[in-house]
Amino acid sequence: MTHRTRPFAALTALVSLALAAPAAHAEWTLNMTPGISAMSRRIYSLHMLMFWWCVGIAVVVFGVMIYSMVRFRKSTGAVADTTHLHSTRLEIVWTLIPVLILISMAVPAARTLIETDNVNGSKLTIRITGYQWKWGYEYLESGVTVLSSLDRASDHARQLGSGIDPTTVPHYLLNVDHPLVVPAGVKVRLLITAQDVIHAWWVPALAIKKDAIPGFVNETWFDIDADKVGIYRGQCAELCGRDHGFMPIVLDVRSPQDFEQWLKDQQTSVKVASNSAP
Amino acid sequence: MAYSEHATDSHDAGHGHDHPPSGIWRWLTTTNHKDIGTLYLVFSCIMFFVGGSFAMLIRAELFKPGLQFLDPALFNTMTTMHALVMIFGAVMPAFVGLANWMIPMQVGAPDMALPRMNNFSFWILPFAFTLLLATYFVPGGALAGGWTLYPPLSLQTGDALPMAIFAVHLMGASSIMGAINVIVTILNMRAPGMTLLRMPLFVWTWLITAYLLIAVMPVLAGAFTMLLTDHFFGTSFFNAAGGGDPVMFQHIFWFFGHPEVYILILPAFGIVSEIIPSFSGKPLFGYSAMVYATASIAFLSFIVWAHHMFTVGMPLSSELFFMLSTMLIAIPTGVKVFNWTVTMWRGSITYDPPMLWALAFLFLFSIGGFSGLMLAIAPADFQYQDTYFVVAHFHYVLVPGAIFAIMGGVYYWLPKWTGHMYNIALAKWHFWLSAIFVNVLFFPQHFLGLAGMPRRIPDYAVQFTDWNMVSSIGGFGFGLSQLLFPYLIWQCVRGGAKATAKVWDNPRGLEWELPSPAPYHSWAEAPSLAVIDHGAPSH
Repeated sequence: MTHRTRPFAALTALVSLALAAPAAHAEWTLNMTPGISAMSRRIYSLHMLMFWWCVGIAVVVFGVMIYSMVRFRKSTGAVADTTHLHSTRLEIVWTLIPVLILISMAVPAARTLIETDNVNGSKLTIRITGYQWKWGYEYLESGVTVLSSLDRASDHARQLGSGIDPTTVPHYLLNVDHPLVVPAGVKVRLLITAQDVIHAWWVPALAIKKDAIPGFVNETWFDIDADKVGIYRGQCAELCGRDHGFMPIVLDVRSPQDFEQWLKDQQTSVKVASNSAP
Repeated sequence: MAYSEHATDSHDAGHGHDHPPSGIWRWLTTTNHKDIGTLYLVFSCIMFFVGGSFAMLIRAELFKPGLQFLDPALFNTMTTMHALVMIFGAVMPAFVGLANWMIPMQVGAPDMALPRMNNFSFWILPFAFTLLLATYFVPGGALAGGWTLYPPLSLQTGDALPMAIFAVHLMGASSIMGAINVIVTILNMRAPGMTLLRMPLFVWTWLITAYLLIAVMPVLAGAFTMLLTDHFFGTSFFNAAGGGDPVMFQHIFWFFGHPEVYILILPAFGIVSEIIPSFSGKPLFGYSAMVYATASIAFLSFIVWAHHMFTVGMPLSSELFFMLSTMLIAIPTGVKVFNWTVTMWRGSITYDPPMLWALAFLFLFSIGGFSGLMLAIAPADFQYQDTYFVVAHFHYVLVPGAIFAIMGGVYYWLPKWTGHMYNIALAKWHFWLSAIFVNVLFFPQHFLGLAGMPRRIPDYAVQFTDWNMVSSIGGFGFGLSQLLFPYLIWQCVRGGAKATAKVWDNPRGLEWELPSPAPYHSWAEAPSLAVIDHGAPSH
């Protein structure tokens, strides 16, 4: 009996090791981030709802498959029962049950989707423009503009044959020269477009991914929790040419006061710059 | 055995036609369905290794962060060409090859209905792929905008663009001719008494696939032709500055693209529906439900295309429609999986190589189905779209889905084709190595996508290193294991134990009533109704 339980114990140990691994090394990430806004958490829980439904269905269906595979082996003398080849009742049951499960998934999904479409009540509008291969941000109310490209350290290290170990570069490929500064606790509207080819603006912590399309302006919004001040990172998600992998997005979330101060500083520096120009 | 003798007689009757020219002329001028089937399968196998070597280069580049040896532009050509070669060069021709070999044998016909067109539709392909692969040697390099060729990016391609588009047009013409041939053969050349609802599932799934091909290949050709005129003749179909619409391309492309996904999987459903009953000792459970489920999937495939485009900024009503219609696909697909499972229930299961592949298909395709259901949820898709989660999803349905089914089909019918039994032990090695490595290769990609790694990038942030290494190791293991496959087939063609007509314990279908190897002309005289209905007596 003991030698039978040993492989199982080993398996349990392995599984618990695999589950413990993310704690030990942040690198072995297994799951999506719940993010920093009510919407991103809602999308995360939708994802988890779907995941657990899939796990549940898999346990039942795979369970029946494995049971049949083991129980009805010819080598153990199983004799085929060729009389039951059709059952209308069974077919109705296994059509109706999935329908009910799908409805239970579709209702929260549709509610969330409708909410993602609601840009009403935003206090600030930022226009995002994708270029090959950087992002432009324009605060429409104040006219402040920011051009955001891959930072120099990553750019040097990423060259073919640079000889620089990427692990020595802070936030390799996920760092920019000028981040997008946004306030926490304020509903912000984004207008997303592109200059040349199609890009996609994606910040996982916001659960926002929207295509930036030349000639089109897409609209979306976020409202970051007041206590989630910090730096969050994302990347272009639509193949946009040679340096598609090298146009990251950095979100610098500040408190509303710090944000206002930053915006004022930008406006004055723009004025100083334009005044000092001949 | 009476039937086999019968077949041998008719084989003798057709003696005059049985001596094709030898050497290269046999293969260039052949109008025989078996020869053409072999050509398709060999071509597909070559393309599988060409597309596979692109994949190996991709996985080698992604083994660790930092650019290793591929320039990003070259890397983009790898992902693009890997997809085009695998879809149009490996999977589709493999299915056409199996259709050529098996449909006449399964419906009781001597050959395909349109043999000369059959030859033409095959011989277009080597030219098409030479043209496609030759783009590596033209100014501007090979196609690098992804296999989807989204404008405006694809319009930045150099000389490769018209060449690749012409190559895809040729592949489309080949597919359409192949599809016409399949439909005409099935509808006109079935043995008397083989009603539509008596046809084997492989024939059914191919009939439906052929209609899908005819419906959507012209749509792809249209979309690509519009790209061509935008690039060379000053039109603005997809150019916003000229009053066009870049998103319209995506709508047209995916109107082709989604049915195309089912073109790549329905024949696989057919193969699995042949294998599982044969090795469970029972006929397929719920035969007519399986046929209707296949037809429903084909119908739904035309009204779900924009789920590939949840992030392009469609109106809310469209997003809702495409989310709900996509979720509906789970129902007929579920019916299929349940029917296969119940076919094994109270069966008498043997684990020969074809059954192993079919069972791996059953589990791993279901995993791809689960992630597909998750991807259907539009708000969650905002996180999944264009990440490695999607890469994991479609590789689960295409590799342990479509390709495992093709492998299963080859291991199922190979003794019938060659007349020899293959090396079973080696075939099991091939299976187990593939089944293990395919999961090491693709399962971690779910984690990478959820952790935030976009697809189609040549280099990545360091937190994605570990799972990428695991995935690359799985990739190399999977790639190397596939070398066993051509070796094993070569061995089996050259010789081996004589295969009986039935080959397996209790296989089902007309093809097992012919001797092994099957005669050059399959059924010179149609089999009788008794053979169709009870040809494979269950002892």
